[in-house]
Amino acid sequence: MPEIFIAFSYKDILFLLQGALVTIALCAMAASSGLILALAIGLMRTAQRFRFLRWPAGVYVEIFRGTPLLMQIFIAYFGLSILGLNLPRFVAMSIPLILYTGAYMGEIVRAGIEAVPRGQREAGLSLGMTYGHLLRYIVTPTAVRVMIPPSVGFLVQLVKGTSLAYVVGYVELTRAGYIVSQSTYATMLVFTLVGAIYFGICYPLSLASQRLELRLRRHA
Amino acid sequence: MTYKFHWEVPLQNLPAFFWGALATLEISALAVFIGLFIAIACALARLSKYPALRRAATAYVEVIRNTPLLVQLFYVYFGLPTIGINLSAFSVAIFALTLNCGAYCTEIIRAGIQSIHRGQTEAGLSLGMTRWQVFRYVILMPTLRVVWPPLASQFIATLLGSSVVSQISAEELTYAGSLLESRTYRTFEIFFAITIIYFVMSQVFSLLSYLTGRRVFRQAWGQL
Repeated sequence: MPEIFIAFSYKDILFLLQGALVTIALCAMAASSGLILALAIGLMRTAQRFRFLRWPAGVYVEIFRGTPLLMQIFIAYFGLSILGLNLPRFVAMSIPLILYTGAYMGEIVRAGIEAVPRGQREAGLSLGMTYGHLLRYIVTPTAVRVMIPPSVGFLVQLVKGTSLAYVVGYVELTRAGYIVSQSTYATMLVFTLVGAIYFGICYPLSLASQRLELRLRRHA
Repeated sequence: MTYKFHWEVPLQNLPAFFWGALATLEISALAVFIGLFIAIACALARLSKYPALRRAATAYVEVIRNTPLLVQLFYVYFGLPTIGINLSAFSVAIFALTLNCGAYCTEIIRAGIQSIHRGQTEAGLSLGMTRWQVFRYVILMPTLRVVWPPLASQFIATLLGSSVVSQISAEELTYAGSLLESRTYRTFEIFFAITIIYFVMSQVFSLLSYLTGRRVFRQAWGQL
């Protein structure tokens, strides 16, 4: 075994940590932009006056939740180049992840909005509130509290999802691990490290999600 | 846009996709079915009175749920040969997916078991049922009814997630696509067609789970 540790140097660890930073950056990008998309999708799916907005949002959610993320990445990645768009790789990689986030978080937003009791909305309307006021003062306070635990839980899914950027050769944590394992032959050590880094990112999020959910249930 | 689409490439290769889709179904069905047994065992371990059992099961579940399937797959694929076990890529895929699925199902089953009120178990025991009978009739059967919808979504998640096993060259739907792609270079058309196949499969299974949930499980409940 000692030759493994000679081949595997601190530079490899730095390379893995760089990969981890790319993974985190991808997640941050997908989560922040995806959230905006998700708010739009959630509002469309619960539209009251413009009910026709419900079905395109529903179709969108069904498509992205009913197909593998791997395929979404392939299609977005190669589709963008067919369209003749020469985007930086980080942006090209973010697009499928943003769309994916929009669909899953969109459902979380919808569930949050639907968690607001009907009577409260009606009370607001009968007080002469506009749709904007209704959202701001009646829907948001309850909906956001309901949305937070599953959203944090979704972040875990997203971090794991970014590992699929591996398939188009984008160097994030998994691809970095693969490269190091091919050059050092310390395969088990490398993938143990890679797994440990993912665990280090995801586990606190999982715990936070569980805690937040427990707290929410106690308050309810 | 100057790209000329060649949709005849996926259309002419539908039989290959069909066999790929069957392999995908086979992998996912096996993973969920075996995973379910792991899950029942681990759920009981997580609720047992022995701390060591509880910790071991919790560690398994948390490690699997907080690392990507792709990394688990590589770990098993490269790791098994180092301890002298040589399996085909297909078997490794089933093995890794089963482990993965087992962890997710554990949480589902645990939630199901915890949804059964303690009084039910005590009532069973006071009627003179053995612990095994109580487990089987009072806990397991009603639990299965409660956990049916999340289990069905887990099956669909596994079905979609199994596309990842193409990366260790296990032969299933996505791999069939990659193989064709390496011969024809029609990446977009091929993966678009495959995405449609996955979508149809996931929709069919969510409809099936809805129907069976309504019919079978309500009926079973009436007969118990």
